[in-house]
Amino acid sequence: MSVFSIGMNVNADRIEQQNVVSVALNVNGEKMERQIEPRLLLSDFLRDDLGLTGTHVGCEHGVCGACTILVNGESVRSCLMLAVQADGCEIKTVESLSSKDGSLNTIQQAFANNHALQCGFCTPGFLMSIESYMKNNSKQPSDEEIKECISGNLCRCTGYSNIISAIKEAYSSKNSQ
Amino acid sequence: MSKYVGQNVKRKEDYRLLTGTGIFVADIRLDNMAEAAILRSTYAHAKIKNIDISKAKEYEGVIDVVIASDLEGKVKPFTEFVEFTLPSNLEQEIKPTIKRNPEPMLAKDKVTFVGQAIAIVVANNRYLAEDAVALIKVEYEPLPVLTDPYEAKKEAAPVIHAELNNNIQSHFEVKVGNIESAFRQADYTIKTQLKTPRVSGNPLETRGVVAEYEERSSQLQVWSSTQVPYMVRSYISKLVNLVEDNIRVVAPDVGGGFGPKCAVYPEEIVIPYLAMKHKRPVKWIEDRLEHMQSTRHSRDQVHDVEVAFKSDGTILALKDHFLLDNGAHNSFALCCAYNSAAHLRGMYKIPNYNIVGEIVLTNKTPNVPYRGAGRPEAVFVMDRLIYMIADKLNVDPIEVSRKNFIQPEEMPYETDLFYRDGTHMVLENGDYPEGLKQALNIVGYEQFRQEQIEERTKGRYIGIGVSSYIEGTGIGPHEGAVVRVDSSGHILAYVGSSPHGQSHETTLSQICADEFGVSPDQVTVKAGDTSLLPYGVGTFASRGAVTAGSAVQVASKRLREKFLAIAGEMLEVAPNDLEMKEGKVYPKALPSKFVTLREIALAAKPGPRSKVPEGMEPGASVTHYFIPPSVTFSSGFHVAIVEVDKQTGFVTILKYVVIHDCGRVLNPMVVDGQIQGGVAQGIGGALYEEIIYDENGQLVTGTYMDYLIPTAMEVPVVEMGHQEFLSPRNPIGVKGVGEGGAICPPASIANAVCDAMKPLNIKINSVPISPNRLRDLIQLAEAQ
Amino acid sequence: MKPPKFSYHRPGNYAEALDLLDQYGEDAKIMSGGQSLIPILNMRLSTPKHIIDLSRIDDLKGIRQEGNMIVIGGMTRHVEVENSDLIKKKCPLLFEAIRWVGHTQIRNRGTVGGSIAHADPSAELPCVLTALRGEIVIVSKEEEITVSPEEFFLSFLLTSLEPDQLIKEVRFPIIHESCGYAFEEVARRHGDFALVEAAAVIDVDETGRISEALIALGGANAVPFIPEEVERFLIGKKPDETILKEAAVMQLDDLDPEGDIHGSGEYRRHLSGILLEKALCRAADRAMEGVEI
Repeated sequence: MSVFSIGMNVNADRIEQQNVVSVALNVNGEKMERQIEPRLLLSDFLRDDLGLTGTHVGCEHGVCGACTILVNGESVRSCLMLAVQADGCEIKTVESLSSKDGSLNTIQQAFANNHALQCGFCTPGFLMSIESYMKNNSKQPSDEEIKECISGNLCRCTGYSNIISAIKEAYSSKNSQ
Repeated sequence: MSKYVGQNVKRKEDYRLLTGTGIFVADIRLDNMAEAAILRSTYAHAKIKNIDISKAKEYEGVIDVVIASDLEGKVKPFTEFVEFTLPSNLEQEIKPTIKRNPEPMLAKDKVTFVGQAIAIVVANNRYLAEDAVALIKVEYEPLPVLTDPYEAKKEAAPVIHAELNNNIQSHFEVKVGNIESAFRQADYTIKTQLKTPRVSGNPLETRGVVAEYEERSSQLQVWSSTQVPYMVRSYISKLVNLVEDNIRVVAPDVGGGFGPKCAVYPEEIVIPYLAMKHKRPVKWIEDRLEHMQSTRHSRDQVHDVEVAFKSDGTILALKDHFLLDNGAHNSFALCCAYNSAAHLRGMYKIPNYNIVGEIVLTNKTPNVPYRGAGRPEAVFVMDRLIYMIADKLNVDPIEVSRKNFIQPEEMPYETDLFYRDGTHMVLENGDYPEGLKQALNIVGYEQFRQEQIEERTKGRYIGIGVSSYIEGTGIGPHEGAVVRVDSSGHILAYVGSSPHGQSHETTLSQICADEFGVSPDQVTVKAGDTSLLPYGVGTFASRGAVTAGSAVQVASKRLREKFLAIAGEMLEVAPNDLEMKEGKVYPKALPSKFVTLREIALAAKPGPRSKVPEGMEPGASVTHYFIPPSVTFSSGFHVAIVEVDKQTGFVTILKYVVIHDCGRVLNPMVVDGQIQGGVAQGIGGALYEEIIYDENGQLVTGTYMDYLIPTAMEVPVVEMGHQEFLSPRNPIGVKGVGEGGAICPPASIANAVCDAMKPLNIKINSVPISPNRLRDLIQLAEAQ
Repeated sequence: MKPPKFSYHRPGNYAEALDLLDQYGEDAKIMSGGQSLIPILNMRLSTPKHIIDLSRIDDLKGIRQEGNMIVIGGMTRHVEVENSDLIKKKCPLLFEAIRWVGHTQIRNRGTVGGSIAHADPSAELPCVLTALRGEIVIVSKEEEITVSPEEFFLSFLLTSLEPDQLIKEVRFPIIHESCGYAFEEVARRHGDFALVEAAAVIDVDETGRISEALIALGGANAVPFIPEEVERFLIGKKPDETILKEAAVMQLDDLDPEGDIHGSGEYRRHLSGILLEKALCRAADRAMEGVEI
């Protein structure tokens, strides 16, 4: 018999159905609640349960960074987190970046201007790593700092140089605003 | 005429990919879709005595579990890939031995490499499918494992495929001139062994297939992360016995290819079959562990080479005997091996040449062409030899290069070889000495040599390494384009070559837009869908721009001419007196009296209102298949400056310069992006990446923790320069550029490291140059 | 690569956690940051029946000073250490080392207790904790005990932690402000597991002689290694280059690193000497700052 408990003081949250847990979270500004298997990876939850397929899965062992999203504003590999662990969290995915009218945000636009993507598979992960970095570092970073910021994301197409240019451009256009 | 060709037009592909609205195979979700997981061999070589699938079949959510015997009579085994068989004149010329060695769909009686598919579970979702895979019990009887090609080719070696009699799957020899007499005239000879390791292309998106069968119209719809959707369609039709027209294969957004997705895999046949069998959509997405084991690997050549030269550095002759450690199955005939043979002499005049290639089977994952496909291996051999010759003669290696270059006035240069496509291999144009000069100028060669001497006295080891390549690009047999104007006046270009990062939607629209005198925004390019046109080949071998680009250009030009003819009827003006610009056609003398593309498109429709001139078919569409006369040769130089930490063996790339000739540049931003990306992969091959098996044939580098793909920290920004010798072999003057960046880095970096460590006279005969290996070489040299 | 089935427990305080551990013990795995455990689950290298997620136990989080110790709760994430002014000021060696841990995304989830409990011999935190002679506070339903790194780290990925125990906190001794310190590491690529790493703390007296030396090497043995002879040798010596060079290689024979595809045992031993020399030199330089001789 498998048992689920979510802290003995929160019986109300306990789901009686075997091996199913409830998660309530905020994804891209929308509150939601879902019943899921505890083993469900957050990456699969976003993609399969919520249809947010912009978050890509590249290695499922926490190296490639394609599945990077923001959890409470911090960059996290969604393949290394269970969906149930995101209970109560605020999640942001690549789908949240552009504005409602569809226009690209600063970093997305800088990627387009600098040809910072080719096949585009790794791109959402880069965008989310950079999004978090830019929120936490307002000062224009050095080349070394930029490289370190994206060193947890693998890109097999671009050779990174245009991604570095895009980050520089994003910083200058942000600072000139 | 060319307003957009040659410009940095921003990419049309980017918006969807930046907003997460692109659609990759894994993103496809269909009602009632089942998911598959695959049981793969954990043995490199073993008999399968029994497979017990009973527990897996009973597991919750499991729809089906299939093994090889379930496919008998339903799915035929692979034949060899006819797309890769040799043209008859080449076959006549080199008289190779090539034994048939296709891969089974699922292993039946025996497994021949770790990762080979044995059983497929179809379940309600991937989690349950993986649970069920774990419940399958396979009883193996281990067989002797072969991981060394030299062992495998021995007469006494156990034979992996009994019907082949031994493990030498292919053998060929190419001869030019008189090797024996040339060696007799030599002042010096050098004999050495050079090895390029096994690597994996590793696109960030793994392989994946989704299939859906619609009974009402017998339509099978397949989405696959492939470089060759037409080839996938052809083999599904042949092996599952379906009317080809009832199959539609779509390569949606594809997350990188680089070669490993450039042929058909068993999953692309069996998953569609299972969707038909169960009348519900089935999805299989390869995970990274599967990818490392079962997506085909590449390179893995060992060359035993001997070069004869004069004391002034003139190379007289080169002979080479190489093995390609192919893994367990070869479905690609001589593809990479013959490429190596054809390209080995590169830019150099070597009148006497003899090369023997052997493709040897071992208990490893099968081989596939990967970015460069035989050229990085060849270049590593040739350019290491240039440095060894220079060492022997105690001259600067660039002097040896200069001494032996094919000169611009010798173009077109007959190599006395056949190319893989069966045509005479003739280098059409280029100026190699000038290319090297440009590269050395950018890098500041003379100044570097000064600095190097000064730094050495301070105990700092920096070195410079040059490498060069030529590459036959844009191979046929053909690529087609349909260009049409729809009834709203919008221009469409459909091509058979489907992209996976190469920016077809942008660059091909530039070509088309220039023909019609419109902006690329008014052109939509579609690719990666077999329903778009009847025939297609694919994007690989640096062929997209050459073949699809030419097809688009010719089709656009012809449609433009047709539109001018129709407009002539409409305006009652001779077509020659008309101008087409910004979506309008008007008499040159009277621009205000115009008809729009939309109006012309409507007038192109059949019927009483048609304005199509007599003798011309109605319709606003032209199809053209471009058939290249032969490949077109791009070329380039790479120069690496590195620093070696003598104590640790770590190599840092301080500067990297590329000069290249890809003919007409369609979009500089895209071309530079291809080169930078190629160099990054080449750096991987030079310093980090290697697929390693242990003596039991177990894959040691099965994860991204072991298989080291360069990150932003390891890849420098490449400085580039361009030569632009337009190709006479296609109407737009382009040469392929996709692979070039990846070809030279192993050689340029190895040369630079040897140059840095020249005081110790270190020879690097294999890559990757891991710090451990380099430190060992340094230690060895110091002990002497 | 999907995790196998398990039951999930998320205790709200550590009494509950200890009850769960007591109940499921052998069949359970503790999940802290999950950055090592989830790959293991995805590859199905481990199939625990129960996962006990400690992420909601606030008592296990936080960084504070207690006497001459910096106390870090087991569930404190790397990023919090990285951003802590207290760590920067009082435990600069740890501050320097923490940036070597994986990449940002990993440090945003990975925890101090998780890294210690995982006991990868090339991980940064065990090495620093060992060098500083820190302590690990372990609790079970029965007792709370404090152990030294030497008692805790038994072998490669193996610790003295019993199935019913968890790491409550990790205690890093505060080094005196006058001490010099350095952390050195090499890896094949940035962010990879270290080939080897060296942590060193050096203090000098008013005559410029070494009065204290704390050293550990990671990745060079199955557990972080303290070269005690080197430490003793250095005491009373002036930290000139010759002495530090000599010290760095004194105990290389006591190292028995495992070889793998990224580096042989012999190579790692060789690197250990180089890194230790670098760490000693940098630490000594820092220690000598402000000493007027």
